[in-house]
Amino acid sequence: MAAFPWHSRNRNYKAEFASCRLEAVPLEFGDYHPLKPITVTESKTKKVSRKGSTSSTSSSSSSSVVDPLSSVLDGTDPLSMFAASADPATLAAAMDSSRKKRDRDDNSIVGSDFEPWASKRGEILARYTTTEKLSINLFMGSEKGKAGTATSAMSEKVRTRLEELDDFEEGSQKELLNLTQQDYVNRIEELNQSLKDAWASDQKVKALKIVIQCSKLLSDTSVIQFYPSKFVLITDILDTFGKLVYERIFSMCVDNRSVLPDHFSPENVNDTAKETCLNWFFKIASIRELIPRFYVEASILKCNKFLSKTGISECLPRLTCMVRGIGDPLVSVYARAYLCRVGMEVAPHLKESLNKNFFDFLLTFKQIHGDTVQNQLVLQGVELPSYLPLYSPAMDWVFQCVSYHAPEALLTEMMERCKKLGNNALLLNSVMSAFRAEFIATRSMDFIGMIKECDESGFPKHLLFRSLGLNLALADPPESDRLQILNEAWKVITKLKNPQDYINCAEVWVEYTCRHFTKREVNTVLADVIKHMTPDRAFEDSYPQLQSIIKKVIAHFHDFSVLFSVEKFLPFLDMFQKESVRVEVCKCIMEVFIKHQQEPTKDPVILNALLHVCKTMHDSVNALTLEDEKRMLAYLINGFIKMVSFGRDFEQQLSFYVEARSMFCNLEPVLVQLIHSVNRLAMETRKVMKGNHSRKTAAFVRACVAYCFITIPSLVGIFTRLNLYLHSGQVALANQCLSQADAFFKAAISLVPEVPKMINIDGKMRPSESFLLEFLCNFFSTLLIVPDHPEHGVLFLVRELLNVVQDYTWEENSDEKIRIYTCVLHLLSAMSQETYLYHVDKVDSNDSLYGGDSKFLAENNKLCETVMAQILEHLKTLAKDEALKRQSSLGLSFFNSILAHGDLRNNRLNQLSVNLWHLAQRHGCVDTRTMVR
Amino acid sequence: MGTTLDIKIKRANKEMLSGVVVISGKDSVQHQGLSLTVEGTVNLQLSAKSVGVFEAFYNSVKPIQVINSTIEMVKPGKFPGGKTEIPFEFPLHVKSNKVLYETYHGVFVNIQYTLRCDMRRSLLAKDLTKTCEFIVHSTPQKGKWTPSPVDFTITPDTLQNVKERALLPKFLIRGHLNSTNCVITQPLTGELVVESSEAAIKSIELQLVRVETCGCAEGYARDATEIQNIQIADGDVCRGLSIPIYMVFPRLFTCPTLETTNFKVEFEVNIVVLLHPDHLITENFPLKLCRM
Repeated sequence: MAAFPWHSRNRNYKAEFASCRLEAVPLEFGDYHPLKPITVTESKTKKVSRKGSTSSTSSSSSSSVVDPLSSVLDGTDPLSMFAASADPATLAAAMDSSRKKRDRDDNSIVGSDFEPWASKRGEILARYTTTEKLSINLFMGSEKGKAGTATSAMSEKVRTRLEELDDFEEGSQKELLNLTQQDYVNRIEELNQSLKDAWASDQKVKALKIVIQCSKLLSDTSVIQFYPSKFVLITDILDTFGKLVYERIFSMCVDNRSVLPDHFSPENVNDTAKETCLNWFFKIASIRELIPRFYVEASILKCNKFLSKTGISECLPRLTCMVRGIGDPLVSVYARAYLCRVGMEVAPHLKESLNKNFFDFLLTFKQIHGDTVQNQLVLQGVELPSYLPLYSPAMDWVFQCVSYHAPEALLTEMMERCKKLGNNALLLNSVMSAFRAEFIATRSMDFIGMIKECDESGFPKHLLFRSLGLNLALADPPESDRLQILNEAWKVITKLKNPQDYINCAEVWVEYTCRHFTKREVNTVLADVIKHMTPDRAFEDSYPQLQSIIKKVIAHFHDFSVLFSVEKFLPFLDMFQKESVRVEVCKCIMEVFIKHQQEPTKDPVILNALLHVCKTMHDSVNALTLEDEKRMLAYLINGFIKMVSFGRDFEQQLSFYVEARSMFCNLEPVLVQLIHSVNRLAMETRKVMKGNHSRKTAAFVRACVAYCFITIPSLVGIFTRLNLYLHSGQVALANQCLSQADAFFKAAISLVPEVPKMINIDGKMRPSESFLLEFLCNFFSTLLIVPDHPEHGVLFLVRELLNVVQDYTWEENSDEKIRIYTCVLHLLSAMSQETYLYHVDKVDSNDSLYGGDSKFLAENNKLCETVMAQILEHLKTLAKDEALKRQSSLGLSFFNSILAHGDLRNNRLNQLSVNLWHLAQRHGCVDTRTMVR
Repeated sequence: MGTTLDIKIKRANKEMLSGVVVISGKDSVQHQGLSLTVEGTVNLQLSAKSVGVFEAFYNSVKPIQVINSTIEMVKPGKFPGGKTEIPFEFPLHVKSNKVLYETYHGVFVNIQYTLRCDMRRSLLAKDLTKTCEFIVHSTPQKGKWTPSPVDFTITPDTLQNVKERALLPKFLIRGHLNSTNCVITQPLTGELVVESSEAAIKSIELQLVRVETCGCAEGYARDATEIQNIQIADGDVCRGLSIPIYMVFPRLFTCPTLETTNFKVEFEVNIVVLLHPDHLITENFPLKLCRM
């Protein structure tokens, strides 16, 4: 097939544009519009359905269309229903699920503002640990035979009966000595499991024995530091047991016909269930020792519901009294805590016994300083200041239960009672941690007074101030007292010698300071912290606290100019010397900055400080840094760069970008951002100069362009580079930097052969062709306006690019190359017009350069011929294989191109297009709809 | 599989025992009559401690029969195959000048009631018998129950049986029992206050003791057994704070206090205080249990 000459159609773009533009139809608001969303509000559908129930035909008068989908779903779609039922409790481990569910049911009475035990649990386990060896002493049998009283002459018969009851494993005493804490925890967990196993295999007596033995461990106060954790572990077992018993009896009430409702009354319980329940209580009532008897009975307190309505309300006070028999104050306060916990769970309305627990506790408070306790402490080598905090978890819990929704008068009374007791630091601490923050805050001055009066030897004072600080962070003290509170408190805090104690306190009080005071006070506080933490590099041990101080400060100071004018802020940052922590802190700062900085800034203080911060983040990047981490850092730094603006001082802005480039050279997204910023800067300049660059601005713009030109090659991503070259070239062109633009385009052209076939996108390998096609189309359309270089031939850049396209190894069986050629055809026909479709201001494109010179047109047409020859060649190869479909579609698109751009008055071209039309239709592969025109 | 006989007792109350006799078997069964027998006996045994081993072995006191009566349920005839249930109500008529005591299983005294069902058959087939025990709870005593509170104080001076009074540490324990007249289904309650004590307290316990007395030819034998021990205080309790005394009576080992001509079953409670290093102080209170 001979080469077809190309004759492009002359076009009058303006006229075409005018004729093609859509007719603007004035649209009245409220008119029907197809894109307008169908809005069906839920209330409306309900209304409709209700209407339907009254009158059988639901003739909805509302104009809105009832969405058939939503009406089918009737408001609650299955997904949300599923989501509602699949709450965390049911998803949690099956063993816990029912309990949690029940807990939640009960909590619904208590209210969500009551801090549940579960949240305390982990905290206690983490805090009260020991390195000493522990022992578990389990008498798995014959303990009743060992009953301490020598006088008791146990008859043979009774003994055998009891032994039957004790018939469990070998029935011998088991003592496990020298357990580490972890072993101990594992052992307890094993017991928990064997309890469940025993229960499941119907060995109820064995289960009861396990529980009794476990609760007996709670009377053992050796290794006293571990006691709170032991309490937590063992009460878990008790909870399990209580749950098992309750569920068992509950299941007995369920006969074939009916299931007992959740809130049943004892009358609905059948006799067998009642009898079983009574049996449990009788069995427990005969447990010899006080502490196991107490705990086990408390654990099945809920079962009283089966027996009588008043069961629980009678039982709770009795159990409360029973605790009085426990001599060891620590054991007894934990027993009270357990009782309160069960009480709150089962019958939160019974406040009386909670209060009684509290006042009973106060009565026994003096015991802590009694001889028995002191002797024990000496024996175990435990100091009073480390002994007293062991009480805190239990006391906090009791106090919290009592003060929950308690009237002000009761709280005041409790306070007064606490005040009266000597050495009440421990009490004060629990009062502060359990009572409502508002209550404490309004009396802060009183509290400070009381704390000061406390005995130094007992409970550590820094813990008291910490607790007070926590309250003040939540609630505001009266306006007038604020400064005095801070002064008084800080006076004490600053005297703390131990850096750990100090920082724990300071951390809490920083919040208060930030809330109510200005930068001056905050500065003082920070300075004080620095002073305390610097000696001996104490800060190394307290990074978390220091970090939280920073977070609190930046949470309250959103204005960064104020923040950085706090003199000690930067020195404070210097204390973070471990890199990972440092970067974390920097990230926090930048996040807050990005979130709260509304306007661009040029404040040198902020810039300097934040550059420093960003540099720290950037410098943390190394070969091992994760992609996500890098992205995060880059995002933060970009956020900062975008916020920097020197207004009209463009040169300063550019030099900032230069500086930034040298600082952040390892983060590609930052460099990309910088290039975009510089390009933007160049365009801003152009805008300011209204397109007419003076000599000075021209030089500046060239500097910008040069900046981009040297930055781009340092990037890795090939498409990033290509697009940036193109983009920067466009900017250069727009700023009349022709040779620079040429350089950009040439660079881009020389880069194209390097494009790999596959590129990595979001961790997946994808073929790059579509991206390349997209880029090239974009590139070609830019080339329309690029004027030819006087020293090179006509259409130099286009030719170059075509060569590259020609040589590029395309994917086999792909038509992308031809598609590009079709595009080139479009370009060339556009180039042959007298005036081009678009121009860049102040740049003479080829149309005005050549002025429709015939030589130029001839060159142009020759190029067209070559391209067309290539296309036809390709179409021919397609005819051979099974690619007819592709052939026809390509043919069709070529036909369309000719139709749109070619001059059909030319015979041969006309002929060609007819041929193409036939070609496209020949195989019937093309959808007839697209053929109909 | 032959024919089986079973008794299901529904309840024994108001001097009337009711239940069903169940006869089940594949084939029909010929019989010479079906009868029910109720028997109640008091068994007394002497303790080896009080009378010596041999006497204890030989000299068991003769059982006393409280009740022994028989009724004919079914005349001789034939039961069809399958399961036959015959309900019955048996009036419990006590022998002359005997009392229907409450069922009680002690060490030396046993009061037991049994119901026996006999099916007499022809010579070729063995007679069928089924025996089961039933529990008799004495009817609530008439008359008003009056509490009898007791106050007590324990000091070194109130103690008897002390070797060297001077060696005892000083202490003062006060308390009261709400009543020594107790209803068996209700717990024993009271309060106890350690007003002062020089020595640390190890433990305070309630010990429930049962005293059985048997009369016989040689006189009588009296034996005490601990049946329950409940700790009410553990460790050195707070001074001046009242500790509750609370004990549930164990169902199997207690019965209303019994006093007859031949034997007695009585209960006592001991308050046992253990002091450091090794002192044991006991205060005894006799109880009177009844059923209301």
